[in-house]
Parts: sequence; structure tokens; C-alpha cells
Amino acid sequence: MYAFDIERPTSVADAVAALKDQDAQALGGGQTLIPTLKQRLAAPSKLVSLTNIADLQGIANDGDTLRIGGAVTHATVAAEVRLTYPALADLASHIGDPAVRNRGTISGSLANNDPSACYPAVALASGATIITNTRAIAADDYFQGMFTTALDDGEIVTAVSMPIPEKANYQKFVQPASRFALVGVFVAKFAGGVRVAVTGASNEGVHRWAEAEAALTADFSAVAIAGLTVSADNLIADLHGSPEYRAHLVKVMTGRAVAAAS
Amino acid sequence: MMTTVTMTVNGKSVSETVEGRTLLSTLLRDDLRLTGTHIGCDTSQCGACVVHVNGKAVKSCTMFAIEAQGAEVSTIEGQANADGSLNVIQQAFQDHHGLQCGFCTPGMVMTTASLLKENPKPTEAEVRTYLEGNICRCTGYHNIVKAIMAASGQDVSSIAAEQLIS
Repeated sequence: MYAFDIERPTSVADAVAALKDQDAQALGGGQTLIPTLKQRLAAPSKLVSLTNIADLQGIANDGDTLRIGGAVTHATVAAEVRLTYPALADLASHIGDPAVRNRGTISGSLANNDPSACYPAVALASGATIITNTRAIAADDYFQGMFTTALDDGEIVTAVSMPIPEKANYQKFVQPASRFALVGVFVAKFAGGVRVAVTGASNEGVHRWAEAEAALTADFSAVAIAGLTVSADNLIADLHGSPEYRAHLVKVMTGRAVAAAS
Repeated sequence: MMTTVTMTVNGKSVSETVEGRTLLSTLLRDDLRLTGTHIGCDTSQCGACVVHVNGKAVKSCTMFAIEAQGAEVSTIEGQANADGSLNVIQQAFQDHHGLQCGFCTPGMVMTTASLLKENPKPTEAEVRTYLEGNICRCTGYHNIVKAIMAASGQDVSSIAAEQLIS
């Protein structure tokens, strides 16, 4: 790693101030950023840790919506929302491995927007609102392509407001070495309709599958999507799978998610 | 910029002066000479460096020393019983041949301690799932799983590892 300083502010205001320095970067749990720094793929002058800020911790439930603090770890989400939003707990409990889940944070995952990460799928499928130190951003506007979000420089994700669906399920086809999603599909059924978010598949990162949403809103069953086809255009091609293979998986995993939704 | 960090390691208060980029694993191994915490991959994959920070298993190669300011850290060196004898988990690894070269063992033992705290009587499948972040290149895991089942006080005669051996 190149040399850098680390600050551990205890308030969002202090963190925002610290991030105004040139080449300063926010540090969540570090489970992606630290390996990146080790490879010298990033060279911040300063890291601003967000894990020592009480306002970024905690999960609140108002009955319809969960408000998850930005620095809440995957392990905490997995443990605390099992009864209120089981599909979210299930997703969080299958990210990485136990030690990674004890450090990795929801805001870190959402700010990084890895095209194969799990949290972008649940945020987009749930119609979440990403809350920052300056504004609230709808998930539909927040995710802007692979590793790209609506966040400005120095903007911090302070919380995620996650509407709780009537039924939901996440199906992840795991790439066995990395345990990232080769393809992951999150299906969420709300009173007003069904939302389907796909991760791992596209060069554009997480995205919704509009045709499946329309079909499932009309008839929430795996049969409803049987006649649909997924285009392989602009899907990821790598040594783990071709675009055509990923297109096939999108449909298969969507069907499984619908069948398993509860 | 050098910073002084203070934490408790295996019950003892320690202070060290570190750089921002100093990893917790580096502080433990190079500064405190607690070399039982192993660096297998340095890429967060292998789990040989797992320690407990405030009771939670973490990969010490993927956490900065400064982030452990004020924390309670436990390493493999703090796992034996007060009289120096092996604790239940360590003894089970020895009894059931849960190690060959031993390189991954510190992380395996620390991860096992974390598992059994959360889930005192795990199923074999739960053990295997929980070990996702700990890689062993010798044993094929069967005897590690068997050791963990034994450490949890469960009968190991019917688990896959036993069936394969007999």
C-alpha cells in the first residue's frame, strides 16, 4: 500500500469536513477497499473511517420501512431483520464469509456499486431511498452503471430507507471462488406491483427487468415469466460465463425467486 | 503520520505507534511478535489471520491497526486454558487430526470459537458453510469439520468425515 493517514471522526459533520481534503476517501468496513489499496489500485492521501460514528449505526423499523444506518455491518443486518424482512436478512447472511460480514457495511457496498454485489439488488428491488449527508436519492436514480453512483465527491451514505415488501426472495447463483453473484435476482412484491432487480449480469451493473415486473405484477407465479426471453446484449462476458449463459441464468433465478418468495 | 494506538490483546493492554496503512495483522505479528496469527494470502481470502475484535471474528489482514483503537482483541495465543493446556477446540483439532501442516489452524480455531458462540450445536452443513472464509489446502476439511463437531460436544460417528474414513 502507498502511505496514507486515517481519521476516525465521531460525527457525520466531522467526516464530511475531513473528506474535503484533496484525495481523501471514505472507509467503511474496508473489505473491498483494503484489498484494492494493497494492489496499489487506489492512492488516497487520507482515509476517513465511518465506523466510529454513532449516527451511522442502528436499524429502525417504522412498520413499513426499515432505516438502516450506513455503517451497519452485513452481520448486523442478517441478525436483526430476520423477522421484519427475511429476504434481506438472507441476502446479508450470504455475502462473503462470516469474518467479512462482521466488517463490511451496507453503505460501503452501495457506494462501491460492484456489478456483482448483492446489496444493490435488494436496494433497487425494494425501491429503497439512499440517504446521504445532503439529500435523499431514489434507488432508481442512484445506480448509474458499473462502479458508478449518483454520489458526489465527499458525499456520504448515512442511511438506507428500505420499504418492506409483502413477499420477497433473493436467488444468487454463486461464482464459487469469489462467492460474488455470477447472477443474482431479487424479486419484491408490493401492493402496487412487483420489482425485479438483477445483479452480476450486466455491463451496466444492477438493473431492473421491466418485462418480468409487468408479467409478475399481473400474475405472481414462476409460470408468468415462462414466455419471456432475456437478451444477452451488453451482459458480462468473462471466464466464468458467457453473456448467453448469464441471460439464461437471469430467467432461471427469477423463476426460483418467485417460487421461493415469502 | 505516525499514530499511537492502544488496545487490549489477550487481556493485556498494549500501545504501539503505527502508520495509517499498518494492518492489524502487522501490528500483532511484527510489533507484538504474536506470530500465531498467520498471513496466508494477504487478499482476504484464506482466513489464516482471523482474530476476534470485540468478540467478532475478523480478518486481521483486512482491518487497519488504527481501527482497533480501544478494542478487545483475542488471538490464537490467548485461546489455551489458564494452565496452558489446550482448550476444547484446540484439543478436538488434535484428537481428530484437524490439521496437517497447521498453517490454517489459528484461523480455523478462531473461526470455530466464533461459530460455537453463535451456534453451540451446529449441524455439519452449518459448520461447512461457516468455514467458507477459511481455506485449508491439506486436510480436505473432513477432519476439521469432525473436530468442530466434536468440540461442540456432538457425536461424530455418523458425520460424513467419519464415514469416509471408516
